[in-house]
Amino acid sequence: MVRVVFTPNLRRHLEAPEAAVSGDTVRAALEAVFADNPRLRDYVLDDQGAVRKHVTVYVDGERLADRTALALAVAADAEIYVMQALSGG
Amino acid sequence: MSDRIHVATRKGVFTVTRGADGWAVSGVDFLGDHAGLIHVDPRDGTLFAAMALGHFGVKLHRSRDGGKSWDEIAKPTYPEKPEGLEDKDGWGKEIPWNTEVIWSLASGGADQPGRLWAGTIPGGLFKSDDAGDSWALVESLWNDPRRAKWMGGGMDLPGLHSICVDPRDSGRVVIGVSCGGVWVTEDDGATWEVRAEGMRAAYMPPDDADNPLIQDPHQLAMSPSDPDVVWAQHHNGIFRSVDGCGHWTELQDVQPSSFGFPVVVHPREPDTAWFVPAVKDECRIPVDGKVVVTRTRDGGKTFDVLSKGLPQTFAYDLTFRHALDIDSSGDRLAFGTTTGSLFVSEDQGDSWQVVSTHLPPVDAVRFS
Repeated sequence: MVRVVFTPNLRRHLEAPEAAVSGDTVRAALEAVFADNPRLRDYVLDDQGAVRKHVTVYVDGERLADRTALALAVAADAEIYVMQALSGG
Repeated sequence: MSDRIHVATRKGVFTVTRGADGWAVSGVDFLGDHAGLIHVDPRDGTLFAAMALGHFGVKLHRSRDGGKSWDEIAKPTYPEKPEGLEDKDGWGKEIPWNTEVIWSLASGGADQPGRLWAGTIPGGLFKSDDAGDSWALVESLWNDPRRAKWMGGGMDLPGLHSICVDPRDSGRVVIGVSCGGVWVTEDDGATWEVRAEGMRAAYMPPDDADNPLIQDPHQLAMSPSDPDVVWAQHHNGIFRSVDGCGHWTELQDVQPSSFGFPVVVHPREPDTAWFVPAVKDECRIPVDGKVVVTRTRDGGKTFDVLSKGLPQTFAYDLTFRHALDIDSSGDRLAFGTTTGSLFVSEDQGDSWQVVSTHLPPVDAVRFS
């Protein structure tokens, strides 16, 4: 299962617990989380489904470069961290 | 007569109430988060707070119990941008199909229960018929090819900041766009016409100065008692229409300045309106460091400069477009400033009480 972890800073606004989901791309994994927690989607992605400007995503320790398509393939045991960017505060 | 004010600031929504000892801050919600706008639905008192979270985007919250509890509701969301579509503003800047800011909220008429309008940056108008549970982009306006002439002003991207619903006919709505002029629908948003004839843009080359599509009304205020009268605080002056936006007339020699952002009109006197001036577009501070409010009672022929109770030395408060309000009685006014001051008047601006000088920067003020 892909492990998806969200910045604890989100807890000021809504519950965003760590999740274990199936998904072979970043988008598939995130959408699997949002299927159970639909409010969370708008906190992470913008209206066009891209990662928000001041949110960063790490996949197995590497910062995600493709923030629009989120098409990067992930392994079955990947770790995805959705973090608050330093910018935007 | 309103005894309560809601103040949207960079660090939360503050409630200010009038007690035995005068006006005082009595509570705060969303402490620490940026509230860009507050709206009070005049039909049932429902409150709406538009949050502008620095990292996590724009959010909309609703309270049906006067602010005791809030629920997050849907926000206006743009549809998927068609593949390959080029959408740029008048400067050539790419328009994101994303709600960057909720810049205006307005309630529909009494005959339209649940109807809300929302104006956004980058310029989309949305409507809801279920009190904000869901929103739809008004595509007739968004797809109008004239929108390509709109351009950003101080906010980089075009934005829709004023929505005036005609109390005689809820299907007639006047909107203001920075920078995109004044637009009117007579059929509940199905079709739109630009109505900025008479406005003048000092920031454009002379040949384009009267182009209605690039006018920068900072805020519009429609008279509730005579909706054909509409006031506009514009980027380079104050304009007024007395024929339902058919033609605009610039008011001359307004002292100490005709630059500013907000305007409010008296609920029963269409010729009476208030403004909060600053020096000029390239110098957005009060003239001579004195905070004043200007008021006309004769349709803009003459203005009173109101300063009693307001700081008159080394004061640099700027008042944004949604940060001045008038209550339903027409006697009480309140305004909040970028330096965290909040002032209230109970005598139509003749004198002012200082409620606070150390709130966070104020974006919006509304009586309820």
